[in-house]
Amino acid sequence: MYDVLIIGCGIVGAAAAFELSKYQVRVGILEKENDVANGTTKANSAILHAGYDPLPGTLMARLNVRGVALARELCQKLDVPYRACGSFVLAFTPEECATLDTLKARGDANGVPGLGILTGDQARSMDPQLSDQVQAALYAPTAAICSPWEYCLALAETAVRNGARLHLETEVTGIEKTGGGWLVHTSQGDFSARYLVNAAGVHADAVHDMAAPHAFTIRPSRGEYYLLDKAEGSRVSHTIFQCPNRNGKGVLVSPTVHGNLIVGPNAAPVEGDDTATTAAGLDFVRTTALKSVPSIAFGQCIRNFAGVRANTEIHDFILQEKDGFVDAAGICSPGLSAAPAIAEYLVQLLNDAGLALEPRPDFVCERHRTRFKELSPAQRADLVAKEPAFGRVICRCETVTEGEILEALHGPIPPRSVDAVKRRVNAGMGRCQGGFCGPRVVEILARELHLHPEDIQQDKKGTWLLWGETKGGSAHV
Amino acid sequence: MYDLIVIGGGPAGLAAACSAWDKGLRSILIVERDQELGGILNQCIHSGFGLQYFKEELTGPEYAARFVDLLSQTGVEVRLDTMVLDITPQREVHMVGKTTGYRVEQARAIVLAMGCRERTRGAISIPGTRPAGVFTAGAAQRYVNVEGYLPGKRVVILGSGDIGLIMARRMTLEGAKVLACVEVMPYSGGLNRNIVQCLQDFDIPLYLSHTVTDIRGKDRVEQVVVSQVGPDRKPIPGTEMIFDCDTLLLSVGLLPENELTQQAGIALDPRTRGAVVYENMETSMPGVFACGNVCHVHDLVDYVTAESQRAGAAAAAYLMEDAKHESRVIEIQNGPGVTYTVPQHIRPQRVDKSCGLFFRVNRICKDSEILVTSGDVPIARFKREHLAPGEMEHITLPRALLDKAGPTLTVSIREVN
Amino acid sequence: MKELICITCPQGCHLKVDDENGYTVTGNRCPRGEAYGRAELIHPTRMVTSTVKCTGGSRPRCPVKTSGPVPKDMVFAVVAALDAVELTAPVRIGQVVLANVCGTGVDIVATKDI
Repeated sequence: MYDVLIIGCGIVGAAAAFELSKYQVRVGILEKENDVANGTTKANSAILHAGYDPLPGTLMARLNVRGVALARELCQKLDVPYRACGSFVLAFTPEECATLDTLKARGDANGVPGLGILTGDQARSMDPQLSDQVQAALYAPTAAICSPWEYCLALAETAVRNGARLHLETEVTGIEKTGGGWLVHTSQGDFSARYLVNAAGVHADAVHDMAAPHAFTIRPSRGEYYLLDKAEGSRVSHTIFQCPNRNGKGVLVSPTVHGNLIVGPNAAPVEGDDTATTAAGLDFVRTTALKSVPSIAFGQCIRNFAGVRANTEIHDFILQEKDGFVDAAGICSPGLSAAPAIAEYLVQLLNDAGLALEPRPDFVCERHRTRFKELSPAQRADLVAKEPAFGRVICRCETVTEGEILEALHGPIPPRSVDAVKRRVNAGMGRCQGGFCGPRVVEILARELHLHPEDIQQDKKGTWLLWGETKGGSAHV
Repeated sequence: MYDLIVIGGGPAGLAAACSAWDKGLRSILIVERDQELGGILNQCIHSGFGLQYFKEELTGPEYAARFVDLLSQTGVEVRLDTMVLDITPQREVHMVGKTTGYRVEQARAIVLAMGCRERTRGAISIPGTRPAGVFTAGAAQRYVNVEGYLPGKRVVILGSGDIGLIMARRMTLEGAKVLACVEVMPYSGGLNRNIVQCLQDFDIPLYLSHTVTDIRGKDRVEQVVVSQVGPDRKPIPGTEMIFDCDTLLLSVGLLPENELTQQAGIALDPRTRGAVVYENMETSMPGVFACGNVCHVHDLVDYVTAESQRAGAAAAAYLMEDAKHESRVIEIQNGPGVTYTVPQHIRPQRVDKSCGLFFRVNRICKDSEILVTSGDVPIARFKREHLAPGEMEHITLPRALLDKAGPTLTVSIREVN
Repeated sequence: MKELICITCPQGCHLKVDDENGYTVTGNRCPRGEAYGRAELIHPTRMVTSTVKCTGGSRPRCPVKTSGPVPKDMVFAVVAALDAVELTAPVRIGQVVLANVCGTGVDIVATKDI
């Protein structure tokens, strides 16, 4: 019996678990995939938005501004890659210049610090590759970039270290109200809890409908991206937006905390979690981005991907509680930015509904992982002398060592797949996209998890890599 | 302190080190990131290597073994399972290994022989889902030949480079069904012999002027869509063919692996993606040489060997000859039909009798003339019956001719008919 | 007249073989091409390379090749015969791992020290 069961371990579920784990509350997390951060959280722009977009007075506005302020501190404590790079919204026409004024007024009303409107020349002096067609720009110094999956992982790991229990590959199939709370049917049996938190992302409407009358519909909107090689990573030093339109914040160009350049997204309605990329979508992203930064070398693309945003017909986050069932739904952009503030809000809702919040005296709020690449030569020498596995480079592109992979495998949420390793230590994230290190990661996973290499998945369940053994082995069956 | 540090123990590094030893250097270190010497040859278990150099047909491991044997007769030191992380302008080489630890070694000369890597799906932006089952041909080759696993049962191959063709046969022999090999260009990127013995022998269709326009499948590849492309290489709507398969292999080109080169501040050529080199394979950083696939992608290991022997010998000469010949520099330029040349610069006074020039053409040409011009003046012509982008070309420029040349030489192709 | 591409070396010569007049070969740049062109029409053969299981070494497979060409229509049979071979390290390059494979008179030999 849990006090609180969280359904979904994306950024919102993980932040909620982290926030709850500060208290003496029995917390469980049900995640249908074999890893955390496996939905929208792993496929978005990775931007912590300053907060000038949402309309004043909305939950979105309030939680976005508070969320990015919390993120700065959290990322530092939990060792999450974070960079306060600031952002520009570009205006190319007099109408767009007027939009900048509206955005600035909104941001001022939302309490976004430090907003300023710059001339095109001022903006270009700060980011010289901006188009000479740029007439003005809204500068937001508090916008930042982060590693969204590591952010989610860090929150979830910290929650687990503080007693929360994570159930992976546990898909919710039904929910029943009971006398003392809720009974949740899953692919791994039944779980009971006094309170439920619905953080199921794109599936939040379906989960809601299992527990309560239909109230909202998620209308997934797909965004496609280019991720470019580090050779393009310093093409811009700020996150570059164009003026928002009815489809959202539009195509951005931004450095990433990993040193790459990210370009995207478009916005197209899709069914469910369809994250396919399309020739037309990528074409649109490319041509639109070139308007902001004409010099982007798309030939340096190392990966295309798409993510699905959990939009609803309500233009705000849906954070509500009834009978101990709490929705955290419609968490589209700026959900990543707002996540820790959403978590605070959810915990308040639970508290209001009767959940006692007794602080956990031994709450641990720190996390550290070894990043060999970032160490000085002297530190590297010390580390390898102590622990030789840090001397074996597995991923050449990102300089990731076997020691880092082993460290992840002994962490609070051990990786079960090749991509789970990638999300923890960056192996396979570089320009060769796992061409070299993939087979080696499979070998390490098989060895450490005592599995046959054929059972190692690329990512989710069903993403098998190897058909079978040659020479009379399983490949011939 | 080493006289020479060779970075990479594949065919290029092995040949360079042996050659430097033969020329008299006695303090040489090879740093190899894998657990054995030989590089990619170890997974290239097919035959066809060594016909030029050894005048017999060897498999990849056998070709590597010949050089490992030669090396074992020298005093060249080898550090395996050790990865070079940094080269400083002072020629300090930072390296790390599980058993060798983190070390910084000083070199008087360096040979860069890190080889190349494969282009990936991302580099060519194939739309669709991102399921498991999309492999570079080289990764599949490692799984099949080294680890003993078949990555899939029904296979489509994009790109007709040699590794893709070789893997078509290899996977067929291991029980997979290879449905098609798809090439965006109107000609194959691989050797003709491989089209015959890897595709035709097994009735695997080769679709020229086609490409993969969609990958389908949620978890594992389920289908790929192949479309014909027009002369602009853009897909032609209505020409889609759907293949039910579980695997897509990519053989869409190789890229020299020059992160270390770039970090060290050595000039790179955007055409080869390798270091800009002089006639002796010296880079823009004196005493640092580059050879093999890290310099430009070769089709034949035999040519890698020859080029690397020159680099090794040049590194020895760099350390052993007190006086460097002062020389003017001739810049080699691409003319029409030529995509790159190696070397990019020639110092004629440093050329002994002649200088070899390697290059690639940008289209298939029959009965052609390779024309070398100094300014506007033709100074040499070479006849060829057949030229193809997939086949590296080679001409030899005599010293006397170089002495007459102006500050630039242009290499171009003219079809004669 | 049959047109062939020679596979004996990477040059890939375009051969013409006159199958009605004693299999005379033209288009070859070396004697090996002539032999290939003739053989390819009369009794085609292939070299086969593959792997066999190997335990106790640094890798689970040992690369192997046929010591000479085998009839083209025997290629699959030759590969199938390798399924039954299991080596134990150490293996030396050139070591015969399966003699007279499928009665072809050709041996399977290791191509790498394991």
